[in-house]
Amino acid sequence: LLCSQNYPLYIQSVPTENELKFHYTVHTSLDVVDEKISAMGKALVDQRELYLGLLYPTEDYKVYGYVTNSKVKFVMVVDSSNTALRDNEIRSMFRKLHNSYTDIMCNPFYNPGDRIHSRAFDTMVNSMMMQVC
Amino acid sequence: GEDVIASERAAALCNACDLSGKSLFVLPHTDHLVGYIIRLENAFYEHAQTYYYTEIRRVKSHKEFLNKTTHQLLFVRHQFKIAFFSELKQDTQNALKNYRTAYNLVHELRAHETNMLEIKTMAGFINYKICRLCFQHNTPLDAIAQFRKHIDLCKKKIGSAELAFEHAAWMSKQFQAFGDLFDEAIKLGLTAIQTQNPGFYYQQAAYYAQERKQLASMLCNHDSSVTYPNPDPLETQTGVLDFYGQRPWRQGILSFDLSDPEKEKMGILSLQLKEKNVLHSELIITLLSNAVAQFKKYKCPRMKSHLMVQMGEEYYYAKDYAKALKLLDYVMCDYRSEGWWTLLTSILTTALKCSYLMAQLKDYITYSLELLGRASTLKDDQKSRIEKNLIKVLMNESPDPEPDCDTAAVKASQKLWADRVSLAGSNIFTIEVQDFIPFVQCKAKFLAPSFHVDVPVQFDVYLRADCPHPIRFSKLCISFNNQDYNQYCVVEEAYQKSDILEQSSQGTMCLVPGKTRKFSFKFVAKTEDVGKKIEITSVDLILGSESGRCVILNWRGGGGDASSSQEALQAARSFKRRPKLPDNEVHWETLTIQASTMIISRVPNISVHLRHEPPALTNEMYCLIVTVQSHEETVAKDVKLTAGLKPGQDANLTQKTQVTLHGTDACDDSFPALLPDIPVGDLQPGEKLEKPIYIRCGTVGARMFLFYISYLINTVVEGKEILCRCHRDETVTIDTVFPFDVAVKFVSTKLEHLDRVFADIPFLLMTDILSASPWPVTIVTSKLQLSASMTPVDQLESYVENVVLQTGESASECFCLRCPPVTTASGVATGCYIITWKRSSPVESVPVVNTVITLPHVIVESIPLHVNADLPSFGRVRESLPVRYHLQNKTNLVQDVEVSVEPSDAFMFSGLKQIRLRILPGSQQEMLYNFYPLMAGYQQLPSLHVNLMRFPNFTNQLLRRFIPTHIFVKPQGRQADDNSIAAA
Repeated sequence: LLCSQNYPLYIQSVPTENELKFHYTVHTSLDVVDEKISAMGKALVDQRELYLGLLYPTEDYKVYGYVTNSKVKFVMVVDSSNTALRDNEIRSMFRKLHNSYTDIMCNPFYNPGDRIHSRAFDTMVNSMMMQVC
Repeated sequence: GEDVIASERAAALCNACDLSGKSLFVLPHTDHLVGYIIRLENAFYEHAQTYYYTEIRRVKSHKEFLNKTTHQLLFVRHQFKIAFFSELKQDTQNALKNYRTAYNLVHELRAHETNMLEIKTMAGFINYKICRLCFQHNTPLDAIAQFRKHIDLCKKKIGSAELAFEHAAWMSKQFQAFGDLFDEAIKLGLTAIQTQNPGFYYQQAAYYAQERKQLASMLCNHDSSVTYPNPDPLETQTGVLDFYGQRPWRQGILSFDLSDPEKEKMGILSLQLKEKNVLHSELIITLLSNAVAQFKKYKCPRMKSHLMVQMGEEYYYAKDYAKALKLLDYVMCDYRSEGWWTLLTSILTTALKCSYLMAQLKDYITYSLELLGRASTLKDDQKSRIEKNLIKVLMNESPDPEPDCDTAAVKASQKLWADRVSLAGSNIFTIEVQDFIPFVQCKAKFLAPSFHVDVPVQFDVYLRADCPHPIRFSKLCISFNNQDYNQYCVVEEAYQKSDILEQSSQGTMCLVPGKTRKFSFKFVAKTEDVGKKIEITSVDLILGSESGRCVILNWRGGGGDASSSQEALQAARSFKRRPKLPDNEVHWETLTIQASTMIISRVPNISVHLRHEPPALTNEMYCLIVTVQSHEETVAKDVKLTAGLKPGQDANLTQKTQVTLHGTDACDDSFPALLPDIPVGDLQPGEKLEKPIYIRCGTVGARMFLFYISYLINTVVEGKEILCRCHRDETVTIDTVFPFDVAVKFVSTKLEHLDRVFADIPFLLMTDILSASPWPVTIVTSKLQLSASMTPVDQLESYVENVVLQTGESASECFCLRCPPVTTASGVATGCYIITWKRSSPVESVPVVNTVITLPHVIVESIPLHVNADLPSFGRVRESLPVRYHLQNKTNLVQDVEVSVEPSDAFMFSGLKQIRLRILPGSQQEMLYNFYPLMAGYQQLPSLHVNLMRFPNFTNQLLRRFIPTHIFVKPQGRQADDNSIAAA
C-alpha cells in the first residue's frame, strides 16, 4: 500500500473481501504517520530514519509505516497473528517497496501524483504478499 | 482533664457502656476540633486495620487446609478474599500481588462450556481490580500488559456457541471497562499518547459490540411464534445469583455434564430472546462516541472521522437516518479533500440510502450527483441505476428504492416520496457544487485576459458529464459581477417532459458522457466598465424543468469543484501525449479556468508627437510643442490634454516644476506641476493640432513628463453603437541642466588673488560666466547688486550685455570695489550678481530669466599703513621716471615709519634713500623719487622697504601687494620708428 500527499496512489490487499476496512485502517494510520513526521521534522532531516516502525496495534492487525524524504508514505497492514514477521523483515519489505516505487518514478511517462498502474509494481507487491501470507 | 465533673461523667459513661477509658473520645467544640477528629479517625483506622488483618489471617488459615486437586475453586475464592481485604486495608501492593495470584489461579481452572461464563466473569472482575490498582500505582504499562494478557487468554474462550453473543458482549464490556479505567487515570493526571489512549479500547469495545449485534442477529432470529419459556429459567428463588457467572438454572452444580438438557435448552432460548431486546446500536453508538471524544483529544482526526462513519452507519442500522446523515455529511468532506475515493463512495452510498429513506430530496440529489461523478468508484451498472433514479426525481417521480434497504423502511419511504410528489412547490433546488464532486464538470474561460471595449467580450463554457448516460439540461446561465451582462449569457431550451427519457444525444442541451461540450458566448461590454474587471461569479446549470423538479447546479466563479484544482495541477505536470482530436473538440485536462477579464479602453487612433530641445535649462521657460493628429474615421470629440510632471515621482520635484500654457510671462511657484484636462475641442479626421506647453524646472535633474490625450468617439460593435473614451499617453524624460556656471573671485588691483581684502583699499571682483548649456545662451544683461557694506569705486555697468555664449564659452566681468573698515572679524556679505539671460532661439517671445547668484562673503582686514605708488605705465631708457609713493596712516596712532629704498641694477634713482618719519593719524606722507632706467625690458624697480615701529607684523611682503615691483622699460626712442620696422 502506498500513498503521498495523503491520498492513495496504490492500494492492494490480500484477501480482498474486507477491502474497505483496510482502506479505513490505512487512512486512520495516517494520523500517526503525520504525528511522527511532525515530531521528526524537528530532528535533522538528512539523518532521519525512513522507517517509522509500528504505527499502532489493533486487535487484529499491525500497521507499519515508512516515509520517504519526499513525504511519500508507505503503510503496511499485516495480520497481528503473523508473528513470523519481524521488524527487520518489515523493514526490508519497505525498502523493496521503496526501490520499486523509485523505479516507477524514473519512468518518464509516470506523472508524480497519479495513481500507479504498473505491472512491474503489481507483480512485486503481489509476490511480497504471497510471501507473507 | 481538669474539669472534675466532666471526668467523673466520662468515667460513668465508660462504666455504663463497659468501655475502657482509652476508648472514649471527646470532641470538645474548640479550636482543636480537627486534631481530635484526626485522633478519632486514627483510632477507627487502627481498628479497621486490625480487623482486616485478622480476617486475612482467618482466610489464610482456611486456605492452608485446601489442596489443589479438590478445592481448586476455593483457592481462587480465598485468594480473591485476601486480596480484597488487603485492598480494604489500604495495602495496595499486597492486594495487587494477591489479585495477580488469584488471576493466575482462575486460569488454572479447568474450563468447560458450562463454567466458561463463570470463569470469564471472575477473570474479568480480577482483571479489573488488577488494572485499577496498576493505574493507581502509576504503572499504566503494567495495566496495559495485564489487560492484553487477559484479552489474549480469554479471546478464544467463547463458551457455548449458541450464546456466542454473550462472549462478544463480555469482550466489549472488558474493553469498555478498561477504557473507563484508563480515562479515569488520565483524569487523575496520567498522560496518554496518540497511539495509546482510551479511545482504542472504546473502539475495540464498539467492535465487539458490533460483533455481538451480528451474532445476536444470527442466533436470535427466532420466529415470532417462539414464546418466552414459562416458568422463566432465569428466575431464581431468591431473585439473585449465589455466584456470579453461573447459569441461573443450574446454580452450584460443579459437574461439567448437563444434567437436564431440556432445562439447558430453555435457558439458552430465554437468554437469546432476552438478547433480542437489547438495543445494540445504542450500545455501539455510545461506545463509538466515547472513542470519538478520546481520539479528538489525541490528535487523530482521521480515526475520528472513521469512527464517525461507523457511528453514522450504526445510526443508519438503528433507522435514525437524520442523525446518520448528519454524521456522514460531516466527515464526507474530510475524505473528499484527502482524495480517498473508495471510502468516500462507500460513505456516499450509505448517505444516499439514508436520504432515500427519508425522502430528503436535496440530499438525495446531491449524493446522486456525486456518486455519478468521477470521484465515485461505483461500477457502471450502479451508476446507471442512480442516474435513472435521478432522472426520475427530476421528473417529479419517485425513484426506485436503493438496494439492501430494510423492506419496512422502504415502504415507509415510498409513502414519503409519494407525498413529496404530490406536494407542489419548493421543487427548485440550488446546489452549490463547490464543495463536492458532481458528475457535471464545468470550466468557464474568457478567450483573452483582457478585451478592448470596442470588441465583443467572448468566452466559452465547457461542460462535461461523467455519468454513464447522456443527460439533458434545460438552461445554462452565467452570472457576472456586473449583472447587466447576465441576460446575454443564457442558453435555454424549452423541452417537453417526454423528451427527457429519449436517449438521443443530438440536442444542444444534452451532455454526452465523456465528451466536452462547448458553449460560446459573446457580449459587448459597457463603456462604464472600462478599466474594470468582469468576473464570472457563478455558472448555473439547470437540470430538470420548472414544471417538474429543477436542480440548479451552481458553480462559484468559473467552475471547478472540490477536486478540480488538484486535477489541473496533475494535468499541468503531465507529459502525456494526448491523441489528436477533431478541431472542434478539446481535451478537458488542457482547459484552464479563466474566470475574469479586464475591459480596457479602445486602442486610440491618434498620434501624439512632442517637439522640444532637451535638455531644459534651470529656471527657463522650456517650450515643448505637443502635436496631436487624429487618424480616426469620425470626429474625436471632447479632446482633452493632460500635461505636466508625471505623478508618483519625488515630491520635491512637484514643487520645483511648474507647467503653463502661456510662455510669454515667466511663471512663479504658484503654478501647478500638472495641468489636468485642458480642453482642446474636437478633432476632425486627419486634423492636426499643436499645443505649446511651457515648463519651468527649478532644479537640475531628470523629470518624467506625461502627456495624456483623451477623447470620445462613436464606434459600432456588433451592430451596437457605443460611445467610448480612448486615450493615449506619451511620457518623456527631460533632463534639466544649469545654463552656465558662474565663478567669482576677488583680486587685488594688481590682479593677484586675494583671500581677504583690506579695509578701504580698492579691490577687484571678477565674475566668470561659463556656458554649460548645449544650446547657445544669450546674456541679456548682468547687474551687480552690492550690499550696504560695499561701495563701488567707479560706475558699475554690465560689460556682457547681449553676449551670446556657445557651449563652453565664457564671459567675464570685473568690478572695482572698496570695502570700508568693519568691526566684525567674520566675512562681509558682498551682495549678489544677477544675470538676465535667455535661450538664443529663433522664437523671440521666449521670456528672459533672471538668475541670481549670491556672491561669496569676504573677510575684511584692516591695515596700519597703506602704500600706493603713482608711476607711469612704462619707462624709457635714459629718461627720468618720476615715482610718487603715498604712505597713508590708517590707524588712530601717530606712526613712526622707517622708509628705505634698495637700489636696483637697472635704475639709478634720486630721492631719499633712507628716512625716518612720523605720520599723523589719518594723514599721508608723500615720497617722491626720480628713477632713471638704465636698461630696457621688464625690469625690477628699486624696492621700497617700509618698517613700522608699532606694527612689526607689517612686512614688506604685504607691501608688495600694493606697490609694483617691476616696470616695463622701453628702449630709447628713435625718430623714425615706423621706418625701422618697415626696414626690418
